[in-house]
Amino acid sequence: METPQKIAIGWFSFSCCEDSTVVFTELMNDHWQEWKRIFDFRHVKVLKTNNIMDAFDIAFIEGAMASPEHVEKLKHIRSISKKLVAIGECAVNGGPSSQRNKFTPEQKASIQFLVERFGALPEVLKVSDVVPVDASVPGCPMNTDMFMKAVSGLIAELRPDLVPPAPAVAN
Amino acid sequence: MHSFDLSMEHITKIEGDASISVKVEDDKVTDVKFQTVEYKRFFTEAMKGKAIMAIPAHLARICGTCSNAHIMAAIEACEDALDITPSEQTEVMRALTMHGLVVRDHALHLYLFSLPDVYGKDAFLDLDENIPEEHQILHDGFEIKAAGNFLATLIAGRSVHAQYPTIGGFLHFPDKAGIDEAVAKLAAARPAALRLIKIFQDQPFHFDRKTNYQALVPDGNFGYIKGAIRTSRGEVFPEKEYRNLLEHVALPYSQASAYQYKGESYMVGSLARLNIAKDKLHPKTKESIPDTLALFPSTDIFHNNLAQAIEILHSIDESIELLTSRTFAPEPLIKKPARDAVGIGVVEAPRGTLYHKIVLGADGTIKEGEVIVPTGQNQINIEQDVGRLIEEKLAQGVEREKLPMEMEKLIRAYDPCMSCAAHFLKVKWG
Repeated sequence: METPQKIAIGWFSFSCCEDSTVVFTELMNDHWQEWKRIFDFRHVKVLKTNNIMDAFDIAFIEGAMASPEHVEKLKHIRSISKKLVAIGECAVNGGPSSQRNKFTPEQKASIQFLVERFGALPEVLKVSDVVPVDASVPGCPMNTDMFMKAVSGLIAELRPDLVPPAPAVAN
Repeated sequence: MHSFDLSMEHITKIEGDASISVKVEDDKVTDVKFQTVEYKRFFTEAMKGKAIMAIPAHLARICGTCSNAHIMAAIEACEDALDITPSEQTEVMRALTMHGLVVRDHALHLYLFSLPDVYGKDAFLDLDENIPEEHQILHDGFEIKAAGNFLATLIAGRSVHAQYPTIGGFLHFPDKAGIDEAVAKLAAARPAALRLIKIFQDQPFHFDRKTNYQALVPDGNFGYIKGAIRTSRGEVFPEKEYRNLLEHVALPYSQASAYQYKGESYMVGSLARLNIAKDKLHPKTKESIPDTLALFPSTDIFHNNLAQAIEILHSIDESIELLTSRTFAPEPLIKKPARDAVGIGVVEAPRGTLYHKIVLGADGTIKEGEVIVPTGQNQINIEQDVGRLIEEKLAQGVEREKLPMEMEKLIRAYDPCMSCAAHFLKVKWG
């Protein structure tokens, strides 16, 4: 019997502390067998070396955009992904990664040479400032219940054939 | 004779984003640059003007995986500034918070990042469930991670950005059912930790280069929060004298800072801790692995992986003893008024010695702060190791195409954390 194609996922971290990546690896403690069955971890840098950037059913975006390169990479990911999910406070709202946007003029002046030296954007952007977002999972780190709900919803929409069977109910 | 430039962007299976570039002229390495490619988030600048109570949660956001270590260092610095001495129960709960972090974080590094190199796989999940040995390892990895995660969640509320630990104590206390479950999970994970030690004791990679080591070492049992800073030269410094140990080195090519001591590079992390303080490990740990412990002190950087596996076992044994030898009861927070003061917090994060400093004003707000992370201290050591590694491999006739993988394996053994390394303004000394 031919094995049905898995759901191709990408997990990308931009400017952030990668807390949701850590939470993602903790969720794997309970879900790795199910996820191994249904997901093709196509581009997940925390898990593997040979990552492929071609097409994704779901792209998860963690972190905010701090440079022009981030913006271009995010646009590219959006163009090759059926669904794009913003993950965690920095992706959804800018979060601590965008704290310099709210600095006083004196604070901004004191960091300006570093912003310029490394070619950072004048202001840090959240994901939805740059591309359309299909779902958002807020939280710092991401809320795990909302993440699991968002993932279940996307699987049901994209690939109903891969929805895990409901657990058996004991009498 | 070879002359070439080698560079790798986006090194995989490490915490955060880093790149490395190496310049080789006539088989000699003339330049190595290990750098973060992350953007600064200006945490120390953003501290200024914040209320002291907000500082631990603020500094936790420097790094997802090390966040609970940042919380512990920040609380210690804030309590030092406020002249608060925590209760004995609070100290035990903080120790348990760090044990949960060490078990979870080392397991992430060893299983998901480093173990695929040992088995010649691209990813941990590529291990084959139909092969009994690989099936066991897959289940072991997630079992140990889950046990550490459970302990951290029980004591600290979350394994990432914990909400219960705060200045003056804890906001929540573990119940009997939770403690029993944590003990059961940790005890069940112990055989897996022993198997993990065997894997990293037998792994085929070795790279020796003599260097210096530093670690915060307690007076009593091996731990991660209290004590004095010891060097492999035999010196001992109280926490407040930490500035004497750190010479800042500016790296114009990186968004991170680097440090040396007495003009030489040094290493912090599990290998440093085991090299300096293995005699303080839990008695049960020492009894279980005498032959393994005989390998330390070691100058083999790949023994950092083995040292992490040993620390998982120690943290399991120590946690079980702490959880079963006492009870936990609610306590009020210890509170003191703000004052003009400087506070220092030093902890052993999973990746090495972590320094926090705050300058507090009498109005209760932060005037300035400083954070020095392990990866910044390991930076120069990593670059020197990579340079030596490339020269050795070229002398052995290793093909150029294989060098990137060799560099990645070595860098992974350090377990660098680029989220931590990236985000600080240049430190001003004096």
